[in-house]
Amino acid sequence: MLEIRNLHAEIGGKEILRGLDLHVRPGEVHAIMGPNGSGKSTLANVLAGQPDYEVTAGEVLYHGKNLLEMPAEERAREGVFLAFQYPVEIPGITNAYFMRTSLNAQRKHRGEEEIDAVDFLSLVREKMKLIEMDEKFLNRSVNEGFSGGEKKRNEVLQMALLDPMLAILDETDSGLDIDALRIVANGVNTLRSEKHAVLVITHYQRLLSYLVPDVTHVLMGGRIVKSGDRSLAEKLEESGYGWIEEEVAKGGAPA
Amino acid sequence: MSSSQEDIRNLTDREYEYGFVTDVEQDTAPPGLSEDIIRFISKKKNEPDFMLAWRLKAYRRWLELNEEDARWAKVDFSPIDYQDISYYSAPKIKPKLDSLDEVDPDILETFKKLGIPIEEQKILSGVAVDAVFDSVSVATTYKAKLGELGIIFCSFSEAVQEHPELIKKYLGSVVPYADNFYATLNSAVFTDGSFVYIPEGVRCPMELSTYFRINEAKTGQFERTLIIADKGSYVSYLEGCTAPMRDENQLHAAVVELVALDDATIKYSTVQNWYPGDKNGKGGIFNFVTKRGKCKGRNSKISWTQVETGSAITWKYPSCILQGDGSVGEFYSVAVTNNLQQADTGTKMIHLGENTSSTIISKGISAGHGQQTYRGLVEIHQRAKNARNFSQCDSLLLGDRCGAHTFPYIDVRNASGKVEHEATTSKIGDDQLFYCQQRGIDPEDAVSMLVNGFCKEVFRKLPMEFAVEASKLLEVTLEGSVG
Ligand SMILES: Nc1ncnc2c1ncn2[C@@H]1O[C@H](COP(=O)(O)OP(=O)(O)OP(=O)(O)O)[C@@H](O)[C@H]1O
Ligand SMILES: [Mg+2]
Repeated sequence: MLEIRNLHAEIGGKEILRGLDLHVRPGEVHAIMGPNGSGKSTLANVLAGQPDYEVTAGEVLYHGKNLLEMPAEERAREGVFLAFQYPVEIPGITNAYFMRTSLNAQRKHRGEEEIDAVDFLSLVREKMKLIEMDEKFLNRSVNEGFSGGEKKRNEVLQMALLDPMLAILDETDSGLDIDALRIVANGVNTLRSEKHAVLVITHYQRLLSYLVPDVTHVLMGGRIVKSGDRSLAEKLEESGYGWIEEEVAKGGAPA
Repeated sequence: MSSSQEDIRNLTDREYEYGFVTDVEQDTAPPGLSEDIIRFISKKKNEPDFMLAWRLKAYRRWLELNEEDARWAKVDFSPIDYQDISYYSAPKIKPKLDSLDEVDPDILETFKKLGIPIEEQKILSGVAVDAVFDSVSVATTYKAKLGELGIIFCSFSEAVQEHPELIKKYLGSVVPYADNFYATLNSAVFTDGSFVYIPEGVRCPMELSTYFRINEAKTGQFERTLIIADKGSYVSYLEGCTAPMRDENQLHAAVVELVALDDATIKYSTVQNWYPGDKNGKGGIFNFVTKRGKCKGRNSKISWTQVETGSAITWKYPSCILQGDGSVGEFYSVAVTNNLQQADTGTKMIHLGENTSSTIISKGISAGHGQQTYRGLVEIHQRAKNARNFSQCDSLLLGDRCGAHTFPYIDVRNASGKVEHEATTSKIGDDQLFYCQQRGIDPEDAVSMLVNGFCKEVFRKLPMEFAVEASKLLEVTLEGSVG
C-alpha cells in the first residue's frame, strides 16, 4: 500500500530525511520510534504533503500511485490521514461543522452523496461514544482552548470518523493519561482490517502494548536504521538508542 | 514563500465577475459642474423652489471647501477632476411602472446577471424592491401593500413631489449640507435615491430593499437616502450594489440620513460590492459615503450592519447620534480589501442623552496588497449620564503583503461613562490551512470557511437572504487570496 524508496527531504535548507525506505502492506500496523529530532514528524508531514518540506530525491508510491505528486487535500481524500503532533486551533469554526465539511469533501471525492446534518450527528455521536468524548466538544471551535490530551483525542475522533486507509499517528499518545491511552488504542484498533494500515510514531512502548504493531522501526539520522518485532520497542525503552547508534557506527546493516 | 502563499495568490487573482455594461439609452448632462448644471438637474426633476435653493446653497458652500481637508483618511488616490464628471443621467423610461413587464428588458437582464432576480425576490422573500438604475427608479413594487399601512417607500424625487413637507422638515437634519466635502457635493447635485417614512406605531412587515447600480461611464453617483421612523415604529432596510467594469475611476458620494423618533427602531443593512479595480487597482469605484443616523427620540435605536467587499477606495463611517435618553446605537461591520483595495471605515457614536448605549463590532479582512483602517470615535458628552460603549475591532490578514490599522478615538466628558475597547489581529496561518487540507478540504473552501467563521458575529446580524449573499460575496472577493 505504501512504498517509500530512498526518500530525501529537507526543510529550511536542511536535509532531514536521508534515504529512507519503508514498505507498508494493507492490514499492517507499523511503529516508528527514534530520538528527538530524528525526522519522524518530517516523515509524517512529507507523506501528508505539508508544503514547507521539499522532497529532493526518492519516491513514494501509495496504492501504486505517485503520492508526492498529489496536493495535500487529494492525499487526504485518497485516505491518507495524519493525526498531528501539535493540532492547530481554528477559532470561529465549530468542531461539528469542520468535521462535516471534511467528511463531505472526502465523500464527494469518492462519488458519494453528501451527508446531511442529521445523519452526520448520529454518526459522529457514535464515534464520540467509542472514544469516550463529551458531545459538548462538537459545538466548540476546533481545538480552541482544548487541553493537550483533548486535542489528541479530537484527532482520534476525526480519524475514526474519516476511516482512513492509511492513518499516521504522530505521537498521539504523548500527553494522554492512562485511560485515554487505552481509548486511543481502541480507536486505532477499530481501523484494523485487511485494507487499513497504520503508522504509529511514538516514544513509548506503552501504547504499543495496546496496539501490538506488526513491525517496529527505529528512525535515526533521517533513515530507518533498524526494524524488528515488539521486543525491539521494549529493548529501546530499557536501554535507549545508544546501542543502535553504535551498531550503525560499526556499519551494521539495518536489520 | 511557501506554496500555500502561492495558493492564496492564485485565489486572489480572479477577475471581477460582474464586468459588463447594459446598453440603455441615457439622457446625460454634459460633463462639468456649475450653477447652470444644478439648475438643469433641478429643472429636469421638476423640483419645488426650496430644493433648488438648498442645492445652490450647498454648491456655493462646496466651492469654498477644500478636498484636501477631507483627505485625512488613510487612503491614497490621484485627484478627481470634478469638471470631468457628468452629473445627470437617466434611462429614457417612463418613470412610473406598475409591474415588471414594463421595465426595460435590458435592465431586467442586468439584474439577472447580478444574480438578483427581482421576481424571485418578490415571491420568495417578500422584499419590496425599489431598483435604482443609474439615478432613476425603474421598478417599485409592493407599494400598494405598504401604502395600506401608511408607509411611504419611493424614490427620493417622487418624495420631493409628493411629500415636500417631510423632505423640508428632515432633509439635512442629520447630515447638514455643509457637513463635509463629499456630502456637500452630494447635497448640490444628488439626482435620486430612496425615501422611507414609517408612520407612528407601524412595524414595517417586510425588508425594504434597494439595489443600486452605476452604469453610465463617468457618471458620478450621488444618491441620497432619507429614512424616517416615527414614534414606536420599526423598519429594516437593505441596500446592496455591484457595478460594471470600467476603465476610469468612478466617484460615488452618497448620503444616507436616518431619523428615529421615540421608541422607533431602524435597522440599516448594506452589502457593497462595487467594482474594486483590476489587479493593478485600475478602474475601481471611489466610495466616499456619508451615513449618519440620529436617535432623536427616547429609547430609539439605530443599527448599522455593513458588508463591504468592493470599491477601489472606501471611505465610510456610518454613525449614530444618540440624542434621545436611553437610545441605542449599533455598528456591525465586515470589510474586505484585496489586491490594491483601500478601505478606511469605522463609525462614530456620539452620546448626547442619558443612559445611551452603543456597540461596535468591526471585522476587517485584508488580502493581497489590501490596506485597511478602522477608525472609530466614541464621544460621551457632558450631559450623557451613564452612557456606555463596547467596541471590538478584529483584523484578519491573509498573506504577508496586506495591512490592517486600528485607530480608536475615545472622548469621555462624563465620569459615569463606561467605555470598553477590545482589538485583535490574526492571520490565517499556513498551519491552519494545511490542517484543513489534510482533512480533505479544498484550500479555497478552507479560506472561505475560516473567513466566514471570523465574520460570524456580524453575519448573524444580517437579514437571512442578505447573510447568504454576503458570505457568497466574501468567497468571490477572496478567491485567489489564500495565504
Ligand atoms: N523549518 C525548519 N528549519 C530547519 N530545521 C527544521 C525546521 N523544521 C524542523 N527542523 C528540524 O528537523 C529535524 C527533524 O524534526 P522532526 O520534527 O521531524 O523530528 P521528530 O523526529 O519528529 O522529533 P520529536 O521526537 O521531538 O517529535 C529537527 O532537528 C528540527 O529541528
Ligand atoms: Mg515529532
